[in-house]
Amino acid sequence: MSQAYGIAVAAPHTTTTNSPTRIMTLVMLALAPATLYGFWLYGWPAFFLWAITIGAAMLGEAFCLRLLNRRAVPVLMDGSAILTGWLLAVSLPPWAPWWIGVFGGMFATTLGKQAFGGLGQNLFNPAMVARVALLISFPVQMTAWVAPVPMFSAGAPGLVDGLLVVLKGVPHAYDAVTSATMLGFAKTELSRGVNLLDSLQHAPALSFIGSRPGSLGETAAWLILAGGVAMMFMRIISWHIPLAMLAGIALPAAILHAVDPARYLEMGAHVLSGGAMLGAFFIATDYVTSPNSPRGQLIFGFGCGVLTYVIRTWAGYPEGVAFAVLLMNSMTPIIDTYFKPRIYGRDRKGNPLQTTN
Amino acid sequence: MGFLDRFLKAPSWGVHPEDHKRPAADAPLRLFPSPERVFMPLSQHVGGAARPIVLVGQKVLKGQLIAEAQGNISAPIHAPVSGTISAVGEVTAPHPSGLPFKAITIESDGQDRWIETDPLADPFAATPEEVARRSALAGVVGLGGATFPSAVKFALGKRLKVGTLIVNGGECEPYLSSDDRIMRDFPEQVVDGARIVMHAIGASEALVGIEDNKPEAIAAMRKAAEPYPEVKIRPVPARYPMGSDKQLIQTLTGKEVPSDARAAEVGVLVHNVSTCAAVHKAIRLGHPLVERIVTLNGGAIATPGNVYAPLGTMISDLLAFVGLKEAPSRLILGGPMMGTPLLHDRIPIVKGASGILAFDAAEAFVPEAGPCIRCGNCTKACPMGLLPLEMAARIRVGDLEGAEAYALQDCISCGCCAYVCPSHIPLVQYFSHAKGELTNAERTKLRTDATKRLAEAKTARIERENREKAEAAARRKAEREAAKAAAAPAATPVAEQTQGASA
Repeated sequence: MSQAYGIAVAAPHTTTTNSPTRIMTLVMLALAPATLYGFWLYGWPAFFLWAITIGAAMLGEAFCLRLLNRRAVPVLMDGSAILTGWLLAVSLPPWAPWWIGVFGGMFATTLGKQAFGGLGQNLFNPAMVARVALLISFPVQMTAWVAPVPMFSAGAPGLVDGLLVVLKGVPHAYDAVTSATMLGFAKTELSRGVNLLDSLQHAPALSFIGSRPGSLGETAAWLILAGGVAMMFMRIISWHIPLAMLAGIALPAAILHAVDPARYLEMGAHVLSGGAMLGAFFIATDYVTSPNSPRGQLIFGFGCGVLTYVIRTWAGYPEGVAFAVLLMNSMTPIIDTYFKPRIYGRDRKGNPLQTTN
Repeated sequence: MGFLDRFLKAPSWGVHPEDHKRPAADAPLRLFPSPERVFMPLSQHVGGAARPIVLVGQKVLKGQLIAEAQGNISAPIHAPVSGTISAVGEVTAPHPSGLPFKAITIESDGQDRWIETDPLADPFAATPEEVARRSALAGVVGLGGATFPSAVKFALGKRLKVGTLIVNGGECEPYLSSDDRIMRDFPEQVVDGARIVMHAIGASEALVGIEDNKPEAIAAMRKAAEPYPEVKIRPVPARYPMGSDKQLIQTLTGKEVPSDARAAEVGVLVHNVSTCAAVHKAIRLGHPLVERIVTLNGGAIATPGNVYAPLGTMISDLLAFVGLKEAPSRLILGGPMMGTPLLHDRIPIVKGASGILAFDAAEAFVPEAGPCIRCGNCTKACPMGLLPLEMAARIRVGDLEGAEAYALQDCISCGCCAYVCPSHIPLVQYFSHAKGELTNAERTKLRTDATKRLAEAKTARIERENREKAEAAARRKAEREAAKAAAAPAATPVAEQTQGASA
């Protein structure tokens, strides 16, 4: 009366219900409030750009999978290409033309991700690779900011006009809304020899609420913070990288501003400007391209922060989050090698503990 | 408070699988009726297989020695039922994939007549060596699953002057509740056994670690341990793998076992609650280890619960006893985290069999493995502080030495990493494979080295022998010549010398 019971599978015989799809979905949900707020702030063009960028990212992924003779749909379902497109979209100027989204989205998933071997294999954050490629290739379009013109408010483009803005470029009627970011303004004024004490009186306002010119989804600090904290509660990310990155920006900013306020922007301006918040919570925390051990994450995050500050303050670009993250991505394997967790029964160097008995 | 706890105080390792312990744990213990036939494998413990000392046709009583220990680390086997020996030798499992195993088959006479026992009235008056000797003769081995002969551990503990006995009532594996049941139903046996073990190893205190998901067991054990202040009941957080020796020692004493040392070297020794109860029976009643509590659980079982059954009972008999709702989609010996999948049910339960799980289709579902997204959940879950993702990445490309450099050999195969992996990568399989390959390579190397050494020794020996032969021949020749020269007339010395030189 023997009865055969299938195949011999290795233990454990039970497993988590977690999956990459679930993780990606939760990250997108955490990012959704800031994104929706971005749509509202910058109107229909922002929405269309977002949709185009995600579509292009998925298309790029599908194209590579077809080249590999793999079925594209199951891989696309894991959500990673959508998330990559989404992260790129929220880091773009909200009224950027459609081909910026198409080029960026395709670039991110083809050269940024699939060229390395697909999910989990890429050394650099695909969204930031694409953003930097766009910034270097199309600096004009990538630094054309608009002041917030909330959806449905007077002067905001409607559904059709919004689509036209993305497809045919910003019509002259809207020229008035183009604006500068705080960081860009400060950099330009400093390069003209105007010190910050004088120039900042005419500077664009800082805003915790997000009502400032900037990338599509990076301005609403409070919503990004809320999304980040939600991800920590859901144990998707730990606090190490975000906190270390913000500290890496805030500490040098506080010190140098205290030394020379005429030359260096204050801490709040740095933390609330550009992609600092978005970078700390959503970009630098990318699993694939960041270290694994808590100590490694602290070093990685702090490095991202300090490099961001250095690039903003002394390099040619007013904003440096994307460059900083990419530079630290390249350090990830080294950090992972040198900062491993301590093993039970061994000291930090990996030698067995001495018996005390 | 809860908010801070979540971030600051939670243990940094382990996983929280759904425990599925109830309702099986709450069902009253059932006594399995004596089986018609039992199969006692000769190797149900770590160490040398036992040597049969019975003949086919011989009548045996329950508890009678049927196979004796062989070697320093081994354990004897006793008859779990009274009856007649019907076979000694290989029992071939009736399934193509089943491997044969050496066993003694006993046809039960259904009477369960015990052999005359020799209990020890006051174990605390006896020497520790006597207690260890009797435990060894009773075939007591670690019942938590490791099945290491207990008496060997007693001797080790005594030699290394262990001060603390840790009684492992963690039972962190989901689904299993045999230890829970023994603590609920026989707490006095467990506590008494623990005190006997303390005596055997010379420990001054016993810490009984019980996961806090077993409040009934904690209450029962507290009551039983009340008269003995040296036996301390210590609830520990329910977190897999709390029942692993190293993690329980760390949780209860704060001590870490060095990676190259044994627990006894930091002054602690771990014994399972069921082992303590077995020691109690061996010493106080003179009963060898022939029965145990087995958890029968899983979605395919009609009445899940714990069964007190003779060792050697076929799993198919046990499944028939508790009833099956459906044909199991997977059969597991042990818990779901570290258990062994069984390909068929014609396998007897052994000393280390704490549970048999019969999973239904939903429980047995294996999600398809995907690519590693480096989420690091495995490193957070690893109770040993290893980096499973880094080891797996190296093993995948065949770099086993690279994986070894990440302390692969420290892996305890608890399965936490594979459990939490969102991509469902069978990490434990990677590691078992690599450990096996590395062991093989090591063995091959030893063998090659030994062969090389032998070959060199042989060459050296042949050379030496040839040299010695040549020397002996030369010596004999010289002697002969000398004798000849002495015997020869003195007139021919010149011719003699010339001959000798040309030779």
